[in-house]
Amino acid sequence: MSRMRTMEILVGAFMAGGFVALFFLAMKVSNLSAETIGEGYPLAARFDNVGSLKVRAPVTMAGVRIGRVQSIRFDKTRYEAVVTLNIGKQYNTIPIDTFASIYTQGLLGEQYIGLSPGGSEEFLHSGDELTHTQSALVLEQLIGQYMFKKAGEDAAK
Amino acid sequence: MLDSLARLGRSGLGALERLGRAHLMLAGILQGLPSLLVRPGLLVAQVYNVGVLSVLIVAVSGLFVGMVLALQGYYVLSQFGAEQSLGVMVAASLVRELGPVVTALLVAGRAGSALTAEIGLMKATEQLSGLEMMAVDPVKRILTPRFFGGLLSMPLLAAMFSAVGVLGGYFVGVGLLGVDDGVFWSQMQAKIDLHEDVYNGVIKSVVFGAAVTWIALFQGYDAVPTSEGVSRATTRTVVSGALAVLGLDFVLTALMFGD
Repeated sequence: MSRMRTMEILVGAFMAGGFVALFFLAMKVSNLSAETIGEGYPLAARFDNVGSLKVRAPVTMAGVRIGRVQSIRFDKTRYEAVVTLNIGKQYNTIPIDTFASIYTQGLLGEQYIGLSPGGSEEFLHSGDELTHTQSALVLEQLIGQYMFKKAGEDAAK
Repeated sequence: MLDSLARLGRSGLGALERLGRAHLMLAGILQGLPSLLVRPGLLVAQVYNVGVLSVLIVAVSGLFVGMVLALQGYYVLSQFGAEQSLGVMVAASLVRELGPVVTALLVAGRAGSALTAEIGLMKATEQLSGLEMMAVDPVKRILTPRFFGGLLSMPLLAAMFSAVGVLGGYFVGVGLLGVDDGVFWSQMQAKIDLHEDVYNGVIKSVVFGAAVTWIALFQGYDAVPTSEGVSRATTRTVVSGALAVLGLDFVLTALMFGD
């Protein structure tokens, strides 16, 4: 009977160790500890071009993450991308004239949405739409514009 | 000419028959689950055999794999000035691939071979027939607890492997190579996703655990009941278990991370 008991204790320790390891992977290694936003409310934003923005990309204000991109879909009547943002419900004082832009982290990093607050006294509510948006910068377009301009200057000389 | 054709046909039919027997055995094992829940003591003994006895080898391998990953990763990343990403690299490769795969290979070698030999010898010494004589279904009494013991132990062992490996990578990366402590963890937490990486790693290890224990049990249950047959079955467990794990890993990786 005591052998059975030792075995049970060892198995219990093993399972506890396994769950501690899983807990360590969840809390310390992965981003669960950063997921403090919890429940949120949706906001919509329309962009001409979302570049390579992905679902679950961060939404930041003043560089601090306040939400995530929930979904990206295409509006076939207006030929625009409709991005749904999930904003943490404690951030419920976003002015209605807030400006949403798609930025890139570093030179080649991932894309995210930055919100710059406007000056309005009225705040956005669940399901509202951000009207002022700026599309993603596509590197090829920038280079293309620069080359075009350069060629034009050279020809003018 | 006709003889060789007949031999080919016979081996093909034999392979199909084995596959069919393996699935019948699996169905029998799964049917034994309710009676196993009534006697959880049987499961505890098997979790001890497969899980507890494998902890040492899994933890030590994890530690060294993590340390080697950090050393090699640092060599490549420092050439691009991206040493800060060392933590991400170590954690992502451990959680996504090396944790589940290497643990499954170790379990196939350490516990799978033992299972096959045990059941093969039970068959050779006619203990299984003895159980049947006493109207005890050997599949439900012997195989079911072993199968679920393996299924339960694998994800826990794989999680231990990954966790110890990340710590090993931390010791080498931060302690030895001088990567910044905070950057190591913060980059890791920013890039490793709980759902995308950790959950998929756990799913992988559950699938590998099922595959390895199923193969081990079937090889033992289907072994030729002689000492030579048991030794061959043990070899086949390790070989086909390892191949199954690597093949399944490709399929699962393509499904999970392939887009």
